[in-house]
Amino acid sequence: MYPFQYQRATTPEQAVAAVAKVSGAAFVAGGTSQLDLMKEDVLRPSLLVDVSPLPLKTISAFEGGLRLGAGVSNTAAAIHPEVQARYPAVSEALLAGASTQIRNMASMGGNPLQRTRCPYFRDPAQPCNKREPGTGCAALKGLNRVHAIFGASTACVATHPSDLAVALAALDAQVQVTGPGGTRTIAFPDLHRLPGDTPQQDTTLVPGELITSIDLPSFTGRSHYLKVRERASYAFALVSCAVALEMDGKKIRRARVALGGVAHKPWRVPAAEALLAGKKPSEKLFRAATEVAFADAKPLEHNAYKLTMGRNLMLRALLETSGLQPLQGPAGTAFAASVGGVGGE
Amino acid sequence: MVEATGTPLDRVDGRLKVTGAARYSAEWDVPGLTYGAIVTSTVAHGTVRAIDSTAALRAPGVLTVLTHENAPRLQPFPEKVNGSLFRGEGGITETRQPLQDANVEYAGQPLAVVVADTLERARHAASLVRVTYEQRPPELNITASSRRTLPETFTGNKEEKLQVTVGDPKVALAAAPVKLEQVYESAITHHNPIEQLASIARWETRNGSEFLTLYDTTRGVENMQEVVSNSLSVPKENVHVICPFIGGAFGSKGWLFAPPLLTAMAARVAKRPVKIEWRRQDMFAVAGQRAATRQTLSLGATRDGKLTALQHDTQTHSSQSSGYTEPCARVSRMMYAVPNLGFAHQLSHLHLPSPCPMRGPGETVGGWALECAMDELAAELNLDPVELRLRNYAETNPETGKPWSSKHLRECYARGQELIGWSKRNPKPRSMREGNTLIGYGMATTMYPAARRPAEAKATLFADGRALVQSATHELGNGAYTIFRQISADGLALPVERVRFELGDSALPNAPTSGGSATTATIGPAALAACRNVLGALKRLAIRDAQSPLYGATEDALEARDGRLVRKAAPTQGEEYGTILRRAKLPSLEASGEAKPGDEREKYSFYSFGAVFVKVRVDELTGTIRLAQLCAVYDVGRLMNPKTAHSQIIGGVSMGLGATLMEETHYDQQNGRAVVRNLADYHVPSMADTPNIQVEWLNIPDPHISELGARGIGEIGCVGTPAAITNAVYHATGRRFRSLPLTPDKVLPT
Ligand SMILES: Cc1cc2nc3c(=O)[nH]c(=O)nc-3n(C[C@H](O)[C@H](O)[C@H](O)COP(=O)(O)OP(=O)(O)OC[C@H]3O[C@@H](n4cnc5c(N)ncnc54)[C@H](O)[C@@H]3O)c2cc1C
Ligand code: SF4
Repeated sequence: MYPFQYQRATTPEQAVAAVAKVSGAAFVAGGTSQLDLMKEDVLRPSLLVDVSPLPLKTISAFEGGLRLGAGVSNTAAAIHPEVQARYPAVSEALLAGASTQIRNMASMGGNPLQRTRCPYFRDPAQPCNKREPGTGCAALKGLNRVHAIFGASTACVATHPSDLAVALAALDAQVQVTGPGGTRTIAFPDLHRLPGDTPQQDTTLVPGELITSIDLPSFTGRSHYLKVRERASYAFALVSCAVALEMDGKKIRRARVALGGVAHKPWRVPAAEALLAGKKPSEKLFRAATEVAFADAKPLEHNAYKLTMGRNLMLRALLETSGLQPLQGPAGTAFAASVGGVGGE
Repeated sequence: MVEATGTPLDRVDGRLKVTGAARYSAEWDVPGLTYGAIVTSTVAHGTVRAIDSTAALRAPGVLTVLTHENAPRLQPFPEKVNGSLFRGEGGITETRQPLQDANVEYAGQPLAVVVADTLERARHAASLVRVTYEQRPPELNITASSRRTLPETFTGNKEEKLQVTVGDPKVALAAAPVKLEQVYESAITHHNPIEQLASIARWETRNGSEFLTLYDTTRGVENMQEVVSNSLSVPKENVHVICPFIGGAFGSKGWLFAPPLLTAMAARVAKRPVKIEWRRQDMFAVAGQRAATRQTLSLGATRDGKLTALQHDTQTHSSQSSGYTEPCARVSRMMYAVPNLGFAHQLSHLHLPSPCPMRGPGETVGGWALECAMDELAAELNLDPVELRLRNYAETNPETGKPWSSKHLRECYARGQELIGWSKRNPKPRSMREGNTLIGYGMATTMYPAARRPAEAKATLFADGRALVQSATHELGNGAYTIFRQISADGLALPVERVRFELGDSALPNAPTSGGSATTATIGPAALAACRNVLGALKRLAIRDAQSPLYGATEDALEARDGRLVRKAAPTQGEEYGTILRRAKLPSLEASGEAKPGDEREKYSFYSFGAVFVKVRVDELTGTIRLAQLCAVYDVGRLMNPKTAHSQIIGGVSMGLGATLMEETHYDQQNGRAVVRNLADYHVPSMADTPNIQVEWLNIPDPHISELGARGIGEIGCVGTPAAITNAVYHATGRRFRSLPLTPDKVLPT
């Protein structure tokens, strides 16, 4: 527990200025990630600027798609009829994450910026380059069951935990940002970065940059999200997969696939996407795509299972999105997203 | 009047709990309260070279910082406390007194207490304390430890030897026509009660001597009073321990003395009342745990499935300063009729936190290994798993030869098979499928020792017609307030609304630490004895009172009925309890009672039994297991309250489910720190994991355990569940899993 200042934001510009000006300042929205980490002594901001009063809480039509304000709650976004109908992968990812209470607090801006669940990151007594650059990476030699198989470095092997981010990456969402240097738009797959030798930096945002909305582009295909976890509900993904499929008659016009739980960012698989384009959906084709997708995976001591699990999951996500296999629950719900379903008959 | 005992009375403390009115240990409003925060060791093995509290002492609001250099000296733990072995191999608790020396024996060990005027200031100042260490490499591996022992008994109980041989298992195994030997491993798990550890200590001087009031999350106020008074060299009468509600314990909170001692020391030095609430992270170091096990099961049998030999050898671990040994052979030693029986326990002392009992200590993971091995043997012999158990049904206890006090396990098997639809399954493994999932059925036997201990109680009748019964037992969420009110109401022939039951206070009549599923069998008879005694005193009062319609009667000629004392021969002649008291100008009348087990314990072997049947769905390509159905039938004696009993059982089953599918604490093999220390990443079953748990009981009173006929039910639900699930996963997949928990990474075919 460290002393800190607290301020409620009045306008986006004021919030940006407040955070940009004070070193160690941070935004807080729902607080479900930020405050937990402060209580664990992992984050020690000098100033918290509360962005939840900002008027960023609407969902509106935007260039044929939808604009989700950064302050919209995860619950409100997940159960919005247009989101559920047109972007079921987004609703499925949200509803298969966290718990009702947390989703009620969590915001669309905060969700993609939540920090890793690497357990070593959460213990200030452990070496961790992401928390304290230069101290080393405890996970590398320690328990790395939930860590990355793609894009990791010797400095950090953490994964990004957000379910929502995986769906947004597959849908090529856009992130609207207001910062000290004005506004800009970031393609969702470019929001997060790989750890390299600066794992303390999760994203490409600069200090003081505020997400104002997440924009879902116009999309008429099918989308779907699947998640494997260690219990039936209320657990982060071991591996997850979002698919966005656009058809041209019986052929795939464009397929986008993002994997979760495997890298420091939602992991798009361009080679597999290219293989799928222009072909007729079939189990054989999908299997070939999974082989391509995982070809350059590099497992650590305890996470080689993610290769098998990831391939199996991606195959199933493609089969279910294309309609070759039925969804396991109504589209746009947690039941469609949850591999294994719930206990009981 | 209809008896209250045996009826599904709602929890009498339910409203208090859900409205927040029930007072838990951290919630007492003590004037002048200050707050303690703990500094814990970051390393697992070594010595503290220096602790620099300069910055902490300068921080705002800080009153004092206690370290091993300036903390009051504590007396060492006694060898035994109230009959339980504390020190030495097999002893039940960590005997390391806090802040007495510079040694570090596990990561997360308390090294300093910072006391400040607010919790936030205390925690902030704690983060300013700088500790430097002389580090040594920690020993963290069960099978490669340099300090290994063979404890003789579990907690000093001579009935519970840990190294036993009956007959000649070695020779019998060598000669057996069918043999099986397998190794089963289980992970460390934590109790994770929702209420974290907390203590408040307040010292006062009364008549020139020091008194300590301690509010603490303990399920043993008597033991706590004894240990605290001994450690701090204060007379026992000067220590008052209070705990009317516990937010779950599951085996923890019974043998933890460092947290309250740290609080009491801090309060003594700060000269202010101090509260210490432990953080969830700390619970993974100081609150106890179920140790990991590596168990070798060897079975020898004839071709027609008669066991000829059973050898069950366990390797487990404890800390440097506790001899606690997970007693894994508790099921093997009594479950099946086997002439050659052996078991052994080897304890490795590691640089890890101390383990302690956890729901079904020994039974849960030891029973899992045995019941999985029996399933493997059944498959080997091509026998139905239930049939194999029936062929080895123990009519008497195989270790001691004693008859059972009461055993109706055959009925449990039969009813459980009906409930799950056992006959409809295709016995061939990997033969049943639905969509993406494989379907499997499995079963296991369950049991729990039916312990009983001595206890005292006091009953008071008031002139207004109400009554109070008291005993220093505990409410852990188990329903103690409810059933003891029911039992006492019957004992006093009063409606339950007129009777209160009080517990959780060391000033009340003696009761043992609540545990071992023994509370009902222990406290129930003591409460009844106190009720009988107070009614006896009331009868004598009435008999001597010339104005009473009962004047001159003999005690034997009177009985209590519907809140009145009446003549047995003429029940209309009598009067209400309050009338007798008021005429005698007595505001109340009280009497004590005590009850203890007798020589029935020499004659019989006391156990509860049950059978658990499970149906699972396994999505093999993602390694995901879900329970479709769980049906369990128990023979636990007479039920005191079917509603609270049902809750106890489904809670136990859920905990068994957690241990089987998801619960695991991993200590980093480099530095010995618990890797996961929060409840988002340490998974306990969610509602979505839990099927409808169908529970039935035979409700046959045990004729020997006590006049109530009730054995305990707190732990039996947890036992049996892990093996039933694991065996069902085998039936679904055709693959054996011998390492708990069965997480997706293990289940996924490689
Ligand atoms: C027990 C538990 C279980 C969970 N399970 C899951 C799960 O299964 N799947 C899953 O995906 N998530 C899960 N979560 C994470 C949860 O979804 C995130 O914590 C939540 O979405 C974060 O949103 P928030 O508004 O609370 O963010 P905050 O905690 O307020 O902020 C998070 C980060 O975002 C920054 N920030 C917030 N708003 C903005 C903005 N507008 N612009 C720029 N920066 C901003 C903050 O500075 C901070 O760095 C779980 C969380 C908990 C506590
Ligand atoms: S994987 Fe990254 S977050 Fe985890 S310990 Fe290593 S550096 Fe820290």
